[in-house]
Amino acid sequence: MDAFGQYLVNGLMLGTIYAMVAVGFTLFFGVLDAIQFSHGDVLMVGAFAGLAASLGVAALGISSPWLQLVAVVVCAVVVTGLLGAAIAHFLILPLHRAPPLNTLLATLMLGSVLRECVRLFYPDGANSKPFPALLPTSFVKLGSFALRVDNIILLLTGLIVIVGLHLLITRTRLGLSIRAVAQDGETARLMGINFSAVVLLTFGLGSAIAALAGVMNGLYYNEINFNVGLLLGVIGFSAAILGGLGNVYGAILGGFLFAGLEVFGSAALPALVPDIPSAYKDVFAFAVVIILMGWKPTGLIAERASERV
Amino acid sequence: MKRLSKVMGLAALGWSLLAGSAFAKDVVKIAFIGPLTGGVSSIGLGGRNSADLAVRLRNADPKTKYQYQLVALDDECKPNVGVQVATQAASDNSIVAGVTNFCSAVAVASVDVYHRFNLPVVVWGAVLPDVTYSHDYKEVHRVNGTMINQSDVAAKFMTGLGYKKFVIIHDTTDYGNGHNKYFSQALTKDGGQILADIGVSADQQDFTTELTKIRDLKPQVVYFGGLTPIGVRIRTQMQKLGINAQFEGTSGIKSDAYIDGAGQAVAEGSLSFLEGAPTDKLPGGAYFLTQYTAQKYAEQPEAYGAFAFAATNLIIDAVEKDGPNRHKVRDTLNQTKNATTIIGKVTFDDHRQNIVPLVTKYVAQDGKWVIWEDSAYAKGQRKLKGL
Repeated sequence: MDAFGQYLVNGLMLGTIYAMVAVGFTLFFGVLDAIQFSHGDVLMVGAFAGLAASLGVAALGISSPWLQLVAVVVCAVVVTGLLGAAIAHFLILPLHRAPPLNTLLATLMLGSVLRECVRLFYPDGANSKPFPALLPTSFVKLGSFALRVDNIILLLTGLIVIVGLHLLITRTRLGLSIRAVAQDGETARLMGINFSAVVLLTFGLGSAIAALAGVMNGLYYNEINFNVGLLLGVIGFSAAILGGLGNVYGAILGGFLFAGLEVFGSAALPALVPDIPSAYKDVFAFAVVIILMGWKPTGLIAERASERV
Repeated sequence: MKRLSKVMGLAALGWSLLAGSAFAKDVVKIAFIGPLTGGVSSIGLGGRNSADLAVRLRNADPKTKYQYQLVALDDECKPNVGVQVATQAASDNSIVAGVTNFCSAVAVASVDVYHRFNLPVVVWGAVLPDVTYSHDYKEVHRVNGTMINQSDVAAKFMTGLGYKKFVIIHDTTDYGNGHNKYFSQALTKDGGQILADIGVSADQQDFTTELTKIRDLKPQVVYFGGLTPIGVRIRTQMQKLGINAQFEGTSGIKSDAYIDGAGQAVAEGSLSFLEGAPTDKLPGGAYFLTQYTAQKYAEQPEAYGAFAFAATNLIIDAVEKDGPNRHKVRDTLNQTKNATTIIGKVTFDDHRQNIVPLVTKYVAQDGKWVIWEDSAYAKGQRKLKGL
């Protein structure tokens, strides 16, 4: 029970983070049919911006963890939102008419640039950095299982972000514009929607959600490094594809599914097959993703031609 | 420019004539091979200077029978270049022996060459066990320890403190697998019990599942064979999951980055082991450092300088005894037993590996790696976990 509870919380936690990354991929693909491969590294930049903010606030002598947390989240979200919009403005929109492969390559290279920049220019950036533990570290006892309060807060935050995104897309004017652009950019323009503004906002929004995921990742592990975005990016992308690229709910489903596979892989594989160490959990998870993709090439929640977001 | 080089040439000629006539001893050449350029060149240059220091000190001694000359070659820490310079040194008959290799990959690639050309060598820095244990080449010796010695010392130390129940986590690279293998062997021999042995990938982020299993096993020690980045993650996540076991690492986490990454409070009490010792703690360390400073080398001796110095001296001793004959020098080196050097006694086993382990134990204390014997833990002022 104790171990099972731990696996469950861990799976939900990973699933939330993966889903928040996958949502970005799917939003970008929705509005612009572009794959933004530096998304994981944008997340990492957000986490480092948050870390820098916490150090800055601590240097100012503000010791309240809640104020620090606000500073971390605001700084991460703003920096990354602007970065995401800038990437859309300077890299992806100009390449919009070029073959999609160009966008893919350009963003892939941008990811390396961001990663190396943090490694080289953030002070001592090549080494792992401790991320401050800003959330309460107390426990809630559920029978024999001790649930950490910070995990509950992180899970709730993830849930709020996902629900908030859902409401934004389905209930607001901005959401309506995003859906319109996703369906048909040309027609949306004819209807008086400012196409590039919507694209920039969507990229800012998706990147800001990734930054939140990065901060959550940092708070969960109390450690970040310049390489953290690489695997998170690949996993987020796989989750988005698995769920059905272009569909927000598919991305969320894909994120949780991938996390479940990973946790199952590392918990059950060594028990079932004695010679397989838990190092194979990613091999297992990605292999299952490949099989699922063969079964449902358009994703678990297939994109309907008329609606993309 | 041309004139300058001419003057320099004449000066060199004059100097060599003077030197030749002043000592009138036969010149014996010894090769030094190490990384003199590239990322680890600081260690290579420190090693070269230290070998050079051994040669200079001997040449200054009027009782020596030969005039020694060091031929320094750059292996760039690349196996292909290493094999080239090894061939160059080994095929030069005026070179009697070599002080060779810091990088393990280069050393492993070069041992065949030394064997084929009958060049006796003493390895001064490469730590991979295979350099001496993967073959039976009588030419290859090594003064520094390997991860086998490190694991032996680590296992003996931990069981000596009273720890019985261990869990091993290791990365699945050669480094992690090697540590897993040798530490498990040594630990079982010393009466420790291994509750679980978990292989993880070298860039893994999340260890919650593995650590949850470990928490149920209630070990006294979590042993980790791998490098700093995931060492930081495992230690931090142990804390998050409330695992109150002692964390024991290898040489792979003996870096300031480990303490910075995990944070001073979480890193406190972590153990690590490193082959060799700080130069000033070696038996002849003070003497070596004084002589080294007196020669005003541009670079520091670095961690392995003392080993290069000791290796060079062993070779010179053999030449003094047998004359500049590769076969005789090899046989004499083979039989080295309890030889006194600045790194302590040197005895070669049947694979010509120095078996007197020089491994230093470290504990993280107040944000620094402190030598165990000097720490508050050894003095009983602080306690390790899990006992």
